[in-house]
Order: sequence, then C-alpha cells, then structure tokens
Amino acid sequence: MRTLFELLWRNHFVLLFVAIQSFCIYLIVQNNRYQHASFFNSSNAAVAKINEGVTYFKEYIHLRENNQLLAEENARLRNTISFTTNPKDTIKPFVSDTLQKQQYTYITAKVVNSSTTLPNNFLTIDKGTADGIKPEMGVICGSGVVGIVQQVAEHYSTIMTLLHSKSKVSAKINANGFYGSLVWGDDLNAHESILKDIDKTVPVKKGDTISTTEFSALFPAGIMIGKVIESKLNPGSNFNAIKVGLSTNFENLSYVYVIDNLKKNEQRKLEEETQKANEQ
Amino acid sequence: MIINILQIILRFIVLVAIQVLILNNIQLGGVINPYLYVLFLLTLPVQTPKVLLLFIGFTLGISIDMFQNSTGIHAFACVLIAFARPAWLKLVAPRDGFEPDESPGIKKFGFRWFLVYASVLVLVHHLVIFNLEIFRFSDFWNTQLRVLYSSIFTIVLIIISQYLMHRPQK
Repeated sequence: MRTLFELLWRNHFVLLFVAIQSFCIYLIVQNNRYQHASFFNSSNAAVAKINEGVTYFKEYIHLRENNQLLAEENARLRNTISFTTNPKDTIKPFVSDTLQKQQYTYITAKVVNSSTTLPNNFLTIDKGTADGIKPEMGVICGSGVVGIVQQVAEHYSTIMTLLHSKSKVSAKINANGFYGSLVWGDDLNAHESILKDIDKTVPVKKGDTISTTEFSALFPAGIMIGKVIESKLNPGSNFNAIKVGLSTNFENLSYVYVIDNLKKNEQRKLEEETQKANEQ
Repeated sequence: MIINILQIILRFIVLVAIQVLILNNIQLGGVINPYLYVLFLLTLPVQTPKVLLLFIGFTLGISIDMFQNSTGIHAFACVLIAFARPAWLKLVAPRDGFEPDESPGIKKFGFRWFLVYASVLVLVHHLVIFNLEIFRFSDFWNTQLRVLYSSIFTIVLIIISQYLMHRPQK
C-alpha cells in the first residue's frame, strides 16, 4: 500500500496533468453535443456583460450600413402591407377564422458578441428565457437567415450561425422549387455556404435566389438565404454542390429577430407520432 | 514578492483583455487568428511550481474559451503548454542555469534564445487549438497553413510586446 502511495506521489505531476486534460476533453465533447446547459460559455452573464461593452463601441463603426439595411427592410415591409394594395381587394367579411391566426411572432434582440473567423461561429444576443427565447428557435435579420438558438440563459442566448460546421438548414431554389440542405463549406469563408443534395439534372443558373422552405419548423418559408455563385458536380455522386453567396453579412450584424413558431410543437408532435406509427 | 504576484495577476487580466476585446474582434483575411495570450504562460517566473503552472494554464485557457464558445479547447492547449514548459526550459537552459525568480524574456536571455524558446511553445499551442477546433481531416493542409500563419503572427506580436515592455540594454 505504501509503495502505491509513493508511486502515486512520485508521478503526481503527470497524473494531475492527465486528470485536467481528461476534464478538458470532457468539456469539449459536451460542447459538441447539440444542446446542453454549460457554465463555460458566453451566455454566462458576466462574460456577456463585458462583450456588451465591446459591442457598444463596435456599433458605431457599422452605423451607416445598418441604417441602410433597416431602411431597405422598411421599404420591403411597406410594400407588403395592406394600404399599398387596392382597398377593394382587402375588405373581408368579419369572421373569427382560427385558421388565419398568427403563426409566427418575432422578438428583436441586439447582438452583443459575434465571431466569423473560427471553424464554429456563434453570436450572443441580449435576450434570454426572461424574454421568451427557447433553444432551437430560428434567427433572421433584415437581409436573411442568421442561424438557430443554441443555448439560453436568463438574459442572454447563444446562436449557432450558418457559419458553423454543424449548421444545417433546409433551403430551396426559388426558380424551380427544388430543395436541399445548406451547410457551411470547408474553406471557412464567412460569405459563402454550400447547398447540397440537389440532383445534377436540376438546372441551376448563376444568380438564382435561395430561400427557406416550408418544411422547416424554425423559419417561415421564403426567407432569403442568398444567391447562387456557381454550381459544380460533386465528383463521384449524382448531386451538385452549389456555392451560395449569403445575403446576411455576419461581420456587421447588430440587430436580429428571433422567430417563435406558435405551431411548432403541433407540427413536431404530429411528425413524431407519424414516424412512430410507421415504425411499428 | 507580493508586488511580483500582483504584477503577474495584472498581466493575466491585461493579456486576456487584449485577446478577447481586440484580437478576437479583428479580421485578418479570415485565415489568421493570433492568440497572443499564451505570452502569459511563456513569461511566468522560471521557479513557478509545476503543479501551480497546470492550474494557471487551465484558468487562462478556460477564460479565453468562455468568450469564444469553444469550451475546453483553449484550456486543453494551455494545460499542455504548462505541462511541457518546465521540461522545455530545462532543455534550453543557458549554460549557467537560471537564477531564482527569473522570468524568460528577451531582456535577460537575448533575442535568439527567446525566439527559439517562444516559437516552439506557440507552434504547439496553435497546432493543438486549430486542429481541435476543426476536428476533421478534410482540408488537413489548409488547417496546418492557418496554424503556420497564425503562429508567425503571434510570435511577431510577442516579440513586439517584449520590446515595448522592456527595451533591451545596449
């Protein structure tokens, strides 16, 4: 027994090293799982407070661009609301129609921290559970899709952006309606993504717009994602890998909208039940 | 002694602040991510107890991780550097050894010695971080290239900061 202790003591430096490294590996593996609560990240209130201070200064740098984006978005929204159309078309008899109930609500949030140069990029926003934000909500901005809420603290949340190796969003080509999944390319370019799983026979033109699909429970259909830059055949497969120029500029994001899909649970539950029924 | 410790704590705060407030926020072509904060581990006094060094490494790494959402990756790399440092120092020690209470630096040991001492540790640190971050073998050489560029940039920053902190005597 004594020799054992002596042996342990003689190697305590190496043993301690191995113990700490194992703990680090445990943290890394934990962090790679899609959803979990963790203390060591930027939704931590103290860390987020410091980041907020930095953002306060960074905002000034992008003020002009962000004003421009907001003005463009306002113009787009004005074009869609009723007073720009012929009033005769819009008069409807008053019926309480439950099918026409609002499906999406939007929560605005300020970006307090962001990265675009890492292999896995996140945003931190200044809204959390106290404001009704839950994990796995979609996040968009005036110019397009941003990402998906990953972790939520009381007043802050982190968002896995499209610039993340595990990010996967279903997307379609507006010109012909074919859909695939949008992932981030291996070249870590903050302005481009790859649209996978589009059959090689589907005609794709440079400049075609890509937007979100009806299948996703996270995003409403038709939210802009980007434009096709080039389409290349994936060697050894029947699918094209389409390079998409993202419409969202992640480098100067200031404000984002978190989407709450009020019918999400209904859709999810139904889909799960169907799947279960088919498995039996 | 107390002043020394306070100085070291201050250096910790300043380096972490520079890293997360400035270096993490500038974009250098999307390829270069300098991690200047390892300078803290490099310049700790030679006599720092080995076990304490491991804990300092973990604290430093996890502080950076919290700002980058990269839980564990920087901690892993820093603890590795903290583990390797005593042996590496013994290997490159000057002929007459170190005096107690001495810290590795350009001022005491000259440019060439410090360049060799720092480059190897920085390269190992960056190699571990970039490969853990990406965690795949596709684009392997691309990652190694990013390691190389970022390491060179970090080393340049380290050398500059050494000259800014204390000018070498002529």
